[in-house]
Amino acid sequence: MMKAQTIEEKQYLVRFNADTKSHLHVLDPNICLTKCPDKICTIFCPASVYKWEEVRMHVGYEGCHECGSCRIGCPYENIQWEYPRGGYGIVFRLG
Amino acid sequence: MPEKFDCIVVGAGPAGTACAYELAKAGVNVLLLERGEYPGAKNVMGGVLYRKMMEDIIPEFYKEAPLERPIVEQRFMMMDKESAVTFSYKGLEWGREPYNNFTVLRAKFDQWFAEKAVEQGALLVCETVAVECIVENGRVVGVRTDRPDGDIYADVVVLADGVNSLLAKQLGFHREWRPDEVALATMEILKLDKNIIEDRFNLEPNQGCTIEIFGDATKGIVGTGFLYTNKDTLSIGVGTLLSGLIKHKMKPYELLEYVKNHPMIRPYIQGSEPVEYLAHLIPEGGYHSIPKVAGHGVLVVGDAAQLVNAIHREGSNMAMTSGRLAAETIIMAKAQNDFSESMLDQYRMKLMESFIGQDLKKYKDATHHFERFPQYFEQYIPMMNRAASQMFTVDGASKWEKQQKIWRDLGSAKQKFKLARDMMKAWKVMK
Ligand SMILES: Cc1cc2nc3c(=O)[nH]c(=O)nc-3n(C[C@H](O)[C@H](O)[C@H](O)COP(=O)(O)OP(=O)(O)OC[C@H]3O[C@@H](n4cnc5c(N)ncnc54)[C@H](O)[C@@H]3O)c2cc1C
Ligand code: SF4
Ligand code: SF4
Repeated sequence: MMKAQTIEEKQYLVRFNADTKSHLHVLDPNICLTKCPDKICTIFCPASVYKWEEVRMHVGYEGCHECGSCRIGCPYENIQWEYPRGGYGIVFRLG
Repeated sequence: MPEKFDCIVVGAGPAGTACAYELAKAGVNVLLLERGEYPGAKNVMGGVLYRKMMEDIIPEFYKEAPLERPIVEQRFMMMDKESAVTFSYKGLEWGREPYNNFTVLRAKFDQWFAEKAVEQGALLVCETVAVECIVENGRVVGVRTDRPDGDIYADVVVLADGVNSLLAKQLGFHREWRPDEVALATMEILKLDKNIIEDRFNLEPNQGCTIEIFGDATKGIVGTGFLYTNKDTLSIGVGTLLSGLIKHKMKPYELLEYVKNHPMIRPYIQGSEPVEYLAHLIPEGGYHSIPKVAGHGVLVVGDAAQLVNAIHREGSNMAMTSGRLAAETIIMAKAQNDFSESMLDQYRMKLMESFIGQDLKKYKDATHHFERFPQYFEQYIPMMNRAASQMFTVDGASKWEKQQKIWRDLGSAKQKFKLARDMMKAWKVMK
């Protein structure tokens, strides 16, 4: 059996220096609710940052890889995406 | 009095550092800005660094740079569910000077390269985000950073800020990328004893092997998997167009698990320990997606300009060469004290004349062709596997009968015609 199978286990391998405020903002949860049946960002985000909670989106920005996929992939441009402040966010040690 | 430099380079990846290195070497007063804790802290790559383009900047860098292994064998696997047709080239000439390419780990390599630029006289400032370009009278005159009193000025600004170039977008050099212009790659670094690596991949110490995996690695979506050998780790990853993940509603880390557990791959990595998980975008729009790369007081290099040859997994080399060409142009512009767009546009010309422009032009329709016609990955790779299995299975049937079977497997006359036409089309977009 291979190790680190789940996304939680994978994320545990990464060093994050999380800022106190989020660099990711879902602009209008109503659009998610009414127009985006698949909640597609919860599927393609490689860090499982987005979690849909009935009527709103929970954004676990602390685990973001800053890849940019959600900014490009949200069909309604409903995500305001910035870089975390200098020095904050993900810190790759190897790759 | 605000600070003023000759040049500000935003981003200390291979593109930005190459540019800053060349400028500093020529005596230009250059500031290299990086948002990460250190250069490389935000950067991801499967890991093949090409010797030639790096040596154009630092001759014999391989004598001191933190490299993993020189690659002596490159394998290409056309993988189906329980089989693979593999093509490989191994050549010992790649294992000695001048070498062909090396695997690297970016967090180590980028730091080393940036230190080299500093030795030449560049000023490196980390933990600083350039949040926007300062534009005055239609010219870029500096950048606003997220530091207090963070406006910095320069004659020319180089945007080497990678695939998420918010700055080039701010300037209107390109609209937001479409999901079919970027590939999302996830990857893991797996720790494994170096003797085991050498046994499994048939290597001597200080030799490396790369494997590119097509077909079932991406469950038929346009993209590739890869497995590369480092000193005492392996890099394993998979990348697909973001549009493909969206269309197939696929979670990228589940695809990565699928590859890791694939019966054709698992034996290579068995017993290894994952030590890091990474995700990053690769610009794969190719030639048609190259944005405007020169404006008044500004140039765009590397991933920020979509300079990646996805077919040959070349990105870091194009990044470095574009950085070097930008530096050459800036040195010329400085001599004439002219940083206008018409002067700086010489960079675009140099870029298009170089292997970068030539190669991207050659493959300008390739990615989109394979994305539009999924049968290449979904049908033809399995077909190729069945044909190989048929031909090499000794079961008493004559070779002639086997050829007949393979021929029948290609389908009806209409399907065969389609196959032939698709092969012609593929040849056309690749030739
Ligand atoms: C999984 C994967 C595998 C790959 N494999 C290969 C391979 O085998 N061979 C190959 O040649 N290429 C490969 N590539 C492509 C290669 O990694 C890129 O083409 C290359 O890194 C581009 O270099 P760059 O300097 O343009 O951008 P980057 O390396 O992305 O550097 C951009 C830098 O800018 C910084 N930055 C961004 N915005 C700001 C800002 N506003 N302010 C301050 N700093 C900022 C970032 O932190 C970063 O350090 C791969 C890519 C991926 C994702
Ligand atoms: S993809 Fe966009 S619209 Fe859909 S759920 Fe996510 S944020 Fe909302
Ligand atoms: S930037 Fe990438 S990792 Fe971060 S939330 Fe968006 S999709 Fe997820």
